[in-house]
Amino acid sequence: MNKREKVSFKKLIPLWIYLLFLLVPIYWLINMSFKTNTEILGGLTLFPRDFTLANYKVIFTDESWYSGYINSLYYVCLNMVISLSVALPAAYAFSRYRFLGDKHLFFWLLTNRMAPPAVFLLPFFQLYSSIGLFDTHIAVALAHCLFNVPLAVWILEGFMSGVPKEIDETAYIDGYSFPKFFGKIFIPLIGSGIGVTAFFCFMFSWVELLLARTLTSVNAKPIAAVMTRTVSASGIDWGVLAAAGVLTILPGMLVIWFVRNHVVKGFALGRV
Amino acid sequence: MSKVQNNKAWWLVLPVFLLVAFSAIIPMMTVVNYSVQDIFDQSSRYFVGADWFRQVLQDPRLHDSLLRQFIYSGCVLLIEIPLGIAIALTMPTKGRWSSLCLIVMTIPLLIPFNVVGTIWQIFGRGDIGLLGWILNDVLGISYNYAANASDAWVTVLVIDVWHWTSLVALLCYSGLRAIPDVYYQAARIDRASNWAVFRHIQLPKMKSVLLIAVMLRFMDSFMIYTEPFVLTGGGPGNSTTFLSQTLTTMALGQFDLGPAAAFSLVYFLIILLVSWVFYTAMTHSEKN
Amino acid sequence: MAEIRLQQLAHSYSAHPSGPEDYAIREMTHIWEQGGAYALLGPSGCGKSTLLNIISGLLSPSEGKVMFDETVVNDMSPEERNIAQVFQFPVVYDTMTVYDNLAFPLRNQGMPEAKVKIKVHEIADVLDLQPLLKKKAKGLTADEKQKVSMGRGLVRDDVSAILFDEPLTVIDPHLKWKLRRKLKQIHEQFNITMVYVTHDQLEASTFADKIAVMYGGQIVQFGTPRELFEKPHHTFVGYFIGSPGMNLIEVKPEVGGVGFGDIHLPLSDALQQRLAATQWSTLKVGIRPEFVHVWDGPVDDAMQAEVTYVEDLGTYKILTLNLAGQLLKVRMQEDKPVPQGQAWISFPAQWLMLYADEFLLEAATQPVPAGEVPHE
Repeated sequence: MNKREKVSFKKLIPLWIYLLFLLVPIYWLINMSFKTNTEILGGLTLFPRDFTLANYKVIFTDESWYSGYINSLYYVCLNMVISLSVALPAAYAFSRYRFLGDKHLFFWLLTNRMAPPAVFLLPFFQLYSSIGLFDTHIAVALAHCLFNVPLAVWILEGFMSGVPKEIDETAYIDGYSFPKFFGKIFIPLIGSGIGVTAFFCFMFSWVELLLARTLTSVNAKPIAAVMTRTVSASGIDWGVLAAAGVLTILPGMLVIWFVRNHVVKGFALGRV
Repeated sequence: MSKVQNNKAWWLVLPVFLLVAFSAIIPMMTVVNYSVQDIFDQSSRYFVGADWFRQVLQDPRLHDSLLRQFIYSGCVLLIEIPLGIAIALTMPTKGRWSSLCLIVMTIPLLIPFNVVGTIWQIFGRGDIGLLGWILNDVLGISYNYAANASDAWVTVLVIDVWHWTSLVALLCYSGLRAIPDVYYQAARIDRASNWAVFRHIQLPKMKSVLLIAVMLRFMDSFMIYTEPFVLTGGGPGNSTTFLSQTLTTMALGQFDLGPAAAFSLVYFLIILLVSWVFYTAMTHSEKN
Repeated sequence: MAEIRLQQLAHSYSAHPSGPEDYAIREMTHIWEQGGAYALLGPSGCGKSTLLNIISGLLSPSEGKVMFDETVVNDMSPEERNIAQVFQFPVVYDTMTVYDNLAFPLRNQGMPEAKVKIKVHEIADVLDLQPLLKKKAKGLTADEKQKVSMGRGLVRDDVSAILFDEPLTVIDPHLKWKLRRKLKQIHEQFNITMVYVTHDQLEASTFADKIAVMYGGQIVQFGTPRELFEKPHHTFVGYFIGSPGMNLIEVKPEVGGVGFGDIHLPLSDALQQRLAATQWSTLKVGIRPEFVHVWDGPVDDAMQAEVTYVEDLGTYKILTLNLAGQLLKVRMQEDKPVPQGQAWISFPAQWLMLYADEFLLEAATQPVPAGEVPHE
């Protein structure tokens, strides 16, 4: 191999600094999650002197904590399923057909991604209360559809446009009905596109706080709301807070691990 | 691809349309409704026309917030875009390091916004945070984001850079990966300097991806709420209170439905306008 | 200007090659003389692009030496070797005008603007790019872009060789011919060494003085188009050149020559001696369809074959004959009578080639011509 092709280490130093910059605050959180509150408030230690799992134990045993995680995961998955199921046929339509108002519809969809959640707080609150869906998981899932569905349509349309129309036509000539063609032939071809879309839907829904907190109170309370509630209580329980934080990072890391090969491909479409 | 004209395609689009309309049009109608009425309670409402709009557009509190927001979004773009490009240029393209690098960079993007705020809230405190301790006790710089306005600003910006630069970097990285090798080979043969390669090959090819990055970062930074709120609650004073927080306080805190609704519409319009400019620029450059 | 010499060159993409299959380029020693127009001809995957990249310096060979004149250039980058390369995929700098594209290599060298202007106009003239000089490179057609790519290679004074990697692939057929002629003109005008990689034998024959045919990572023959046609050194050359390719029949040695089925083909004494002295595992004879002699009627020494198919292609005809179970193609001029049912043919000795393990076996031990690999 060419000597010249070896990456020069000097060039990589800024990159290492940046990666370190990303990791250090997270390390600090993890560090804190294994300490007792007395140790945290007593002084600064780079590693827990009294290593403890008590904080995690609290979260796994106290229902008000772990239910937060379950609620969050539940509505995020709901949202992923809903967004994907409605976005797939729509993206197909945008990719294959021209129809009355298509460009305007597409643009209108994109503008919803640009909607500030703050603007919709009150209207959503009133809307979902009035149809009796306040404090349900489906309410949050549907609310998140506002910006996830346009994104899903946008990403999927990009992937679908990469599949030549000739494949559709061949399938029809071979006698496939539309649903059968879509399920057996088309979807496998855009597999990585679906993976990328699911990733982004998960990402945006999992991290969103404002709407999730506004539309829930007790039954569907997401973990983010549980955590912020803790902050306002007297005497902040830093250890438990840190542990809770660490546990919210885990699902994200799992998802990244599963889609790590597709992330670049998805970004490469340049349509995030 | 050549598309076929077929209005029956609307059946395929209908679920999306209904869903988004339900989530968007109905609430928007409510907002519009409120913005032109004075509401005391359920039974007494008066049509007030453009009164709320006039009030909102003259409210100094909102002017402050808006200015602060523009400065914030401007700083965000000025730091994150060049930084993201620079990182994308140095990212390894294959091998184990490449995967590792990608994974580490994606982590901040998947952390719930409030946890991002919490991480830095802890990290920056003088008593329990590593950064606070290093700055105050080791380097002797007095740093307190809760009491000092400029400290708070810097911290909020650093949080955003920490949180979102990866997105810009990943987008640019994918744009760079799409450049065929032959371009680099031809540039070597033409004896082009690294700067020339960047200017004439890499940057032009990244243009569409960069436009998306700029658009996304502008929009999202303009809507920011949770991270500054968890860190400082908007303080000290008003120094880190941005538009979303002002609006939320107005709507849910003070229950000033009329002005809040009017402000919401103005807020949304600003974003729409700037985004439309970006969108047009993006499709214009793609056509070329 | 340079003579390019490849000394015991071999290349493997794997770090520890275990056998010949791991080599993209198997050991070769070859000289490209200065000022020549050469074609590197071969099917996809035979290693010709790899070889080109080794010559230009984009790839460093795992074994052997690349030498320009007397200097070993293995460690020199393409810029240092003064090589210009035109790729299959037209490479232009989209944001710059055609003028700036052509000026780019010169400006990178630090040439004064006045001189740059002269050179750019000179090359634009040669390539008929004058009307496009002010246009942005992005809006050009594929062949215009390819001309700009070529222009960037030609515009430099100090270019020692220009390498072309299948440059006409993306060009429309009716424009290919024009560009080929243009390349030939340029070669005559500038007298630079040019190596042209292609898988199209017609392109190779019209462009090059001498063609190097590559197969399986080796240059199996290096000669003029005529030499390749009349005396293929390798069965692949026989098969690849000519339309249709050479007829190849597996044979076994017999007393006085070789044979297959009930057909006996006599060989000269010298050739028989050579055959006896050679180790081989496959033995074939080859004769081109153009050289099969068709008699008007039955003749004593002629072989009898059954005519199975006749294709009339206007100025010539292709006959498919069945000779003792082997199918042969024969090419006949339009004015010659076509035999019906049975044909009487013979293989003139001067055109009958004997191949042992795919390589040509010849009677006298001739000196190995420059550039040819002695076979294992």
